Amino acid sequence: MRVHLLAAAAAAALLGSIAHADARTVRWAASGDPNTMDPHSQNLGTVTMVLQQIYDALIMRDRNLGLQPGLATSWRQVEPTRWRFELRRGVRFHNGNDFNADDVVFSIQRALAPTSNYGIFVDTVAEVVKVDDHTVEIVTKIPDPILPNKFASVYIMDKEWSEANNVRQPQNTRAREETHTVRNTNGTGAYRLSIREPDVRTVLVRNDDWWGWKEPGNDGNVTEIIYRPITSDATRIAALLSGEVDFVLDPPLQDLERLRRAPGVTVLEGPEVRTIFFAMDVKRDELLYSNVKGKNPFKDLRVRQALYHAIDIEAIRSRVMRGNAIVTGTLFPPQVNGYSKEQDVRLPFNADRARALLAEAGYPQGFEVTLDCPNNRYINDEAICQAVAAMWTRVGVTTRLNAMPLANFFPKIQREDTSIYLLGWGVPTLDALYSIQSLLASKDGEPGNGIWNYGNYSNPRMDELTRIIKNEGDPEKRTAAIHEAMRIYREDVPHIPLHHQMIPWAMRSTVSIPHMANNQPYWRWAKVN
Amino acid sequence: MAAFAPARGLSRVFDSDLWWSFTRSPVVVVSAVVALTMILSALLAPWIAPHDPFNLATLDLLDAFTPPVWLEEGNWRFLLGTDDQGRDVLSTIMHGARISLFVGFASVLFSMTLGISLGLIAGYLGGTTDAVLMRIADIQLTFPSILVALLIDGLVRAMLPRELHDQIALWVVIFAIGISNWVQFARTVRGSTLVEKNKEYVMAARVIGLSPVRIMVSHVLPNVMGPVLVIATLNLGFAILAEATLSFLGVGVPPTQPSLGTLIRIGNDFLFSGEWWITLFPGITLAVMVLSVNLLGDWLRDALNPKLR
Repeated sequence: MRVHLLAAAAAAALLGSIAHADARTVRWAASGDPNTMDPHSQNLGTVTMVLQQIYDALIMRDRNLGLQPGLATSWRQVEPTRWRFELRRGVRFHNGNDFNADDVVFSIQRALAPTSNYGIFVDTVAEVVKVDDHTVEIVTKIPDPILPNKFASVYIMDKEWSEANNVRQPQNTRAREETHTVRNTNGTGAYRLSIREPDVRTVLVRNDDWWGWKEPGNDGNVTEIIYRPITSDATRIAALLSGEVDFVLDPPLQDLERLRRAPGVTVLEGPEVRTIFFAMDVKRDELLYSNVKGKNPFKDLRVRQALYHAIDIEAIRSRVMRGNAIVTGTLFPPQVNGYSKEQDVRLPFNADRARALLAEAGYPQGFEVTLDCPNNRYINDEAICQAVAAMWTRVGVTTRLNAMPLANFFPKIQREDTSIYLLGWGVPTLDALYSIQSLLASKDGEPGNGIWNYGNYSNPRMDELTRIIKNEGDPEKRTAAIHEAMRIYREDVPHIPLHHQMIPWAMRSTVSIPHMANNQPYWRWAKVN
Repeated sequence: MAAFAPARGLSRVFDSDLWWSFTRSPVVVVSAVVALTMILSALLAPWIAPHDPFNLATLDLLDAFTPPVWLEEGNWRFLLGTDDQGRDVLSTIMHGARISLFVGFASVLFSMTLGISLGLIAGYLGGTTDAVLMRIADIQLTFPSILVALLIDGLVRAMLPRELHDQIALWVVIFAIGISNWVQFARTVRGSTLVEKNKEYVMAARVIGLSPVRIMVSHVLPNVMGPVLVIATLNLGFAILAEATLSFLGVGVPPTQPSLGTLIRIGNDFLFSGEWWITLFPGITLAVMVLSVNLLGDWLRDALNPKLR
C-alpha cells in the first residue's frame, strides 16, 4: 500500500497537479465499463457511477438518498407550475469557466433533446427561464410535485464548452455516434476526469476547488480514483484479495462467504432500489426472434402467464442468488413511494399450469424464442437467464439465450431489436411514477413516457393513471392511482418480475464509504487510510 | 523406406518395426489406451453420457452445485457433481471433449493440408515461389501462434454481426488455429521435397512426362509423410490447448457449445467459493488428453527416426 501511495504521490507531483501532503488513491472495480461519458446519453447505473463524481446536479442526494442543495442553494414552488431555483455563486467548471444560469438552461434543454436518455427527469418541463445570472425558473406543463427528486439526476454541463466542442445534443448511442463527450467531461463536481480509456481504466483526480468540500458532510479524503472494469468474477475477487483493487462494487454472490472470512476485507450489505424482470415484445404482429410466424404469442395473456408460472423463483433465489434477493411480484421495492404489499404477490410456480395455459393459447407443442440478456450489468444476470431459459424450455417454450455485454445489450434493446429481454430497473427518484412512466406508459412522444418500454406495452387505463399520478397533488388520490396501476400490472403481465437485488459491496478494510441503496459509491464521502 | 509402393511400404512398417516399438513401451501403450478411451467416450457422448447437459428441459436448478459423489451431499446421479445450472459435470466433460477433439483434429487437418501443399510447391518449384512462400512463413514464425489465432478470431468477430458469428464461431476457431500452424508443416515438407526432387525416381517420373502436380502428389508426397505425421500428432496436442486457451479467454467457441476450455472458464468463477469440481475435472481431462497425445507424438517421432533405431 505504501508503495502505491508513494507512486501516486510521485505521479501527482509529476503531472503538475496540486501535490497533496497525503495523496490517497482508491482503485475500484466492477464488471462493466461505462459506455459513454456523456451526461445525458445513457441513464444507466454503470454510467452514472462515474459521472456523478464529475458532474453536479442542481439538487443532490444525501447519504439517506434525501435531497440537499447542489448547484442550487434553494428552490421553491412559486406557483403550481413554476419552480424557482437560486443558483450557487462562485462555482467554476473544471476548465475554469464560470457556472451560471445559462448553463442550467442549456443543460435542461439538452436533457430534453430527442437523443437524450434523461427525458424522464425533465418530462414536465415546458420552459426554462433565466431570471438573472443566478436565478432560474422552471415552468412546467402541469403541477409537478416531485420535480426536485427528478432534478437530482440531471447533470449540469458548461454551455460554452459544449458549444465549442459541438456537443449541444446528447450522443446518439442507438446510431453508435461518437462525439466529444464520449471521452471528455467538463463538470463542476468533486472529481475531474483525468484519463479515460474505454474498457481499460478511468482515472479521476480530486478537484480541490469543488464548492462542496466546504460543506459539512463532504469529508472524504480520496485524491485519486482509478476505475477498472474486470469482467471475470474470479479475477475481480482475486484482485481484491491480493490488494490490487481496494473496492469491488459487485462482488460475485458465490464468494461472499469467503470474503467475509478473509482478513482485511469488509463486506457491506443492503437492499438496492432495483427490480429485475423480463419484458416482452407485446406489440409486433410477428416476433423478430421466434419460430411462430404470422402471430405474436406474447400478445396472448395466457402465454405471458404461462411463462410466469413456469419460473421456480425460489430455486433462483436460493441457487443463483444464494439467498441475496428479495422475491417480488411487483415493479418496485418497498423503499419506493407507492409500494403496496397487497400488490406484491407472484403468480405461483406451477409448471403444469404453465403447460395447460400454453395449450389453451394454441401452443400445445410450445414454440421457440430468443431471450436477450446482459452478462455484466446486474447481479448474476446471465446465470438468471440461463436458469430461466431451462425452466421455460421445460414447459415447452424452447428458449435460446443470447447473453452479451451491456455495451451491446442496451443499444440492441433500445432499437427494440428483441423479443424478450431481462432488465433491472432502479428508481433514483424513489417514487413509483418513475417506474410506471418509463416502463408501462405508452410511447406517445411525451418526454419520459415509455422511454424504456421496449416491449411496447400499451393500456389506455395505464396511460390515464400515469397522467393522474403525474398531476395529482392530493397524496391519497395519487397513491390510490399507483395502487390501481400496480393491480393492472399484475393482471396484464407486461413483465415477469423476479426479485429486488441485494447489493453487497466488498472492500479492503482501509476503505470506509457509506453503503447506498442506489448502488452508487459516492467517493466524496469515502475515507481511505 | 519403399519408394514405389507407399501403401504396401507403410503397412509393412506398421506390421513390424513400429508395432514392435509400440508394444515395448508401457508408457506409450497406456497413453494410447487413454487417448483412445477419451476419443471414444467423446465420440459416443450423446449415447453413453449419463445426462444430456444441453437439453434445457432436463435441467433442474435445484441440482446445482451438487458435489462429487464421494463428498458429503454427493449424489450417485452425478458422479463428478454438477455446475451452477445443475448440469452433470461428467456429461459436460464428455460433450466438451467432443468439441475440443473436433477442433483439434479439424484444425490440424487444415494446417496439414495447407502446409503440405505450400511446402511441396515451394520445394518442388523453388526459385521466386519458394522465396516468397518461405519469407511469409518466416514472418509468421516471429508471431506466437496463439497471438495469430487471437488476431484472426478478433478480426472475424469485429467484421461479422454477432448472430452470424455465433453460428460459424467453431469454424472460425478451426481456421484461426489451423492457419497459425501451417508453417511447421510447410518447412518440413519443403526440406524433404528438396532432398527428394533430385533423386532418380523423380527424374524418371519427369522424363516420362508426368505433370508436376502428379509427381508432387503421387511420388514426392508419400516419401515426406513420415515426419509430417509426427508433427501432426504433436500439433494435435497444441491445437487442443490453443482452443482451450481461446475459449478460456472467452473468444473461442460460443458458450452454447462449451469445449473443455469454456468449462474451465465457467468453473473458474467458482474456485474461490469452494465449488472446485466444476473447473478441476475439465482441467484434469484437458491435461491428461494433451499429455497422452504428446507422449504418442514423442514416441512416433523416435520410432520413425532411423538414427534412433
